[in-house]
Amino acid sequence: MSGDDERFIMVNGIRRELTGAQAEGSLLEYLREELDLTGAKNGCGVGACGACTVLVDGQARRACITKMSSALGKEIVTIEGLEGPGGELHPLQQAFIESGAIQCGFCTPGMIMSSLALLGKEKRPSRERIRQAISGNLCRCTGYQQIVDAVELAARRMYPEA
Amino acid sequence: MNTTDGVFRYDARAKATGRATYAADIKLTGMAHAVPVYTRFVRARGLRVEVEAAKAAPGVLAVLVAADVSGQVRYGQIEPDYPVLAQDLINFEGEVIALVVARTRAQALAAAALVVEEAEELPPLLDPESALAPAAPLLRLGKKDNIVNHGKMRRGDAEKALAGCELVLDERFSTQFIEHAYMEPEAAVAIPRPDGVMEIHGSMQHPFSTRRFVAAALGSLLAGVEVFNPPMGGGFGGKDDTAALVCARAALAARAVRRPVKLVYDREWSMRESYKRHPYKLHYRAGFGADGRFRAASIDMLCDSGAYTSVTPWVNWRSLVQCCGPYSVADVRTDVYAAATNNVFTGAMRGFGSPQVNFAVEQLMDMAAERLGLSPLEIRRINMLTQDGETITGQKLDGHVVSLGQVLDAIVRATDFERKFAASSRGAARDGTLYGIGLALSYRGASLGAEGADFCSSIVNCQADGSVILDAAIHENGQGAESVQMLVLAEELGIPLELIRRQRSSTSMIPDGGTTVATRGTIMGGGAVAVAARELKSLMARTLAPKLGVESDRVVFRSGRVGVEGGPGLSWEEAVAAMFAERIYPYAFGTFRAPKVSWDEETGQGDAYFTYVYSCQAAEVEVDAATGAVRLLAMTAAHDVGRAINRALTMGQAYGGMVQAAGMALFEDLAVKDGRVGNRNLDRYKIPRARDVPDLRCILVENADPSSPTGAKGIGEPAIELMAPAIANAVYNATGLRCRDLPIRIDPKELS
Ligand code: FES
Ligand code: FES
Repeated sequence: MSGDDERFIMVNGIRRELTGAQAEGSLLEYLREELDLTGAKNGCGVGACGACTVLVDGQARRACITKMSSALGKEIVTIEGLEGPGGELHPLQQAFIESGAIQCGFCTPGMIMSSLALLGKEKRPSRERIRQAISGNLCRCTGYQQIVDAVELAARRMYPEA
Repeated sequence: MNTTDGVFRYDARAKATGRATYAADIKLTGMAHAVPVYTRFVRARGLRVEVEAAKAAPGVLAVLVAADVSGQVRYGQIEPDYPVLAQDLINFEGEVIALVVARTRAQALAAAALVVEEAEELPPLLDPESALAPAAPLLRLGKKDNIVNHGKMRRGDAEKALAGCELVLDERFSTQFIEHAYMEPEAAVAIPRPDGVMEIHGSMQHPFSTRRFVAAALGSLLAGVEVFNPPMGGGFGGKDDTAALVCARAALAARAVRRPVKLVYDREWSMRESYKRHPYKLHYRAGFGADGRFRAASIDMLCDSGAYTSVTPWVNWRSLVQCCGPYSVADVRTDVYAAATNNVFTGAMRGFGSPQVNFAVEQLMDMAAERLGLSPLEIRRINMLTQDGETITGQKLDGHVVSLGQVLDAIVRATDFERKFAASSRGAARDGTLYGIGLALSYRGASLGAEGADFCSSIVNCQADGSVILDAAIHENGQGAESVQMLVLAEELGIPLELIRRQRSSTSMIPDGGTTVATRGTIMGGGAVAVAARELKSLMARTLAPKLGVESDRVVFRSGRVGVEGGPGLSWEEAVAAMFAERIYPYAFGTFRAPKVSWDEETGQGDAYFTYVYSCQAAEVEVDAATGAVRLLAMTAAHDVGRAINRALTMGQAYGGMVQAAGMALFEDLAVKDGRVGNRNLDRYKIPRARDVPDLRCILVENADPSSPTGAKGIGEPAIELMAPAIANAVYNATGLRCRDLPIRIDPKELS
């Protein structure tokens, strides 16, 4: 049971007060239907594809199986939160574009969020580590090759000294 | 270019930022929501659907059944047999008996549970063999048998030739139902416009096919339906019939409630209802001479078409054309049958009938080589088609470079094949593991071939400031087709990409250019753009030649300049402005018509395709001797794509295709049992994950094709048709066990 004063979440740096109805259901529904943040996709609804991946307090979470009740008071970052105020791209976004890692693009937001969580913990993950970290994110188009390339490229740019 | 290293995708930024708006992301004022109601039967008749309780539920605006369909209930690409809403008969478990429309999706879902279905249940036909048995009940409306298709090839006298062969392999293979598993389930928004037009925004891979389905269901003219295509989250051949019916249902609902209606599919609905890759049973008798020559083949194939026809005959046709692989064989008898059953129906999927036959042929080549004391390379080199060679359909390959030798050599070099083949374990485990390498070779007819009328158009529309709006009637499936078209235009006109905007038109803005299937996106779409660009250049050269004081045939378009090399000229912008000053629009409409092909249905002979893509792929595997688990160590591809217009994206197609094929080889099985799809979501239907696949390599061989305006052929489907047999051959070379059935499963007991 959460008290009324906890009926909020932070989404991309903005505090969102929640109505009783909004505090129910899944985080994915809330983001897509209530906030019109449609970058997180519904590919399966059961936690199997990763298309809905967002950060919850810095951890990659599948929004489709994250209950709003468990996200209360927490800090959510979605793909929409990665662009700078003037439309500058995050190094991961830039690297996905430059590496040819995007085809249909349906997996892309989730892939980038999972990669972001990884690069928040590790500065120079091996290709093997990257593959492990994105194994909850299915992609049917790319065969993953250029996605792994992109994450490596982003890591080099984000942490040139590492 | 907003990119480096030649990677160009104009829509990448929208996709990387989450701004790309897919069909399910669309929200409109007053929009209602529809959901389908599925049958509980696999086969039944006398369907009665009781909707009163659902209609009375909160928020419900309408509940539609077949009787509410104003146009045709049944429609299809070849046979009009696939019902938009089930009528009287239930033919498979994916049949939609009603459509509930409500203010919110939650209300629609709640009301859907109140729809009552009654029918007389019938025993289902669950496999193609029993469907073809004499006493089988007839499943196809108004037809006298369950044979959806029978394709044949009669070349020489196969039986006689087999009798004279040194070695005759008599082998049976089988392949499984495969789910496309595009990451985005079907979705559609239909808007009943005040001008009477039904506007559709849907996740589908062929707007014009969708328009036909929607117009049929509504009973409307084609011009009364306008289909737009938002970004599509993958298709792989799978977003035609079912995706089109999702659009048609949204349209029926929108018309009924007179407001925009959104219909978004759950993954479970998608997997239950959408068509799959055809499972095949293949029986080959393949005859070889002592010299290793592949002399004759006698082939029977039977595939499951499921409840509806879709494009089964066309899929079978490709199986027929490619039934002996890329080899010249003098005597061939082939019969391919497709049978109607009460399983989920089968249709187009990337590869389109070739992955199944390649799985058989490319293993047979290795088997024959071993029996005859040849290597897998030797037997392929002895038999593969060469320049001016004749295919099994009697087509002489003299119009383009026949590069099987090149792609094979490329793979042999890149993988160090000979050494690794010699080092393969062949059943002798070292440290508990077995190692093997295997390869497969193919040729693949590009574009539709004798399956259909093959032409495509493009519009190049220059604006007063020199910017250009480009359109082409090839749909973006997510592979980057539009970006390729932009690159072609930039190159043809000699202008920077920044000046070009690819307009994503609707079905009302450009003529039907055919579907983005059959590896025809680049060759046909890019070809149409090149033709339109050349029309425009010719118009501009003719118009501006007097002003430049030169002959029009000396005017070239290069580096942002229009004029004579080293002589008089105008900047591109000046040239465009000069056209307007002459009151002649710098605008062109171009059509690329594919060269003529031919086909004889009785003999299976003819010039099947106007050109072919040549490909070779290799796999290296490690098999755990204790568990039989197969791990992929490396996958390598070599493809003669004609010309790679967008290198990184061409490679991306190859990588994606290899991994999909690896899924077919090792991971995927739809587990269709008693007419029901066993695994209806991605938690149980296992497609390859990042950690299941190794780093991939792709070698692009480029022999520009004279029949293609850009020199490019294509890559989409060649990429997927080889890895399953390459892996099967690698597994054999590791374990000594032949895997004739997909997916490959190794019983560790057999490994001792
Ligand atoms: S939609 Fe959440 S994991 Fe697939
Ligand atoms: S790019 Fe299409 S699913 Fe990953």
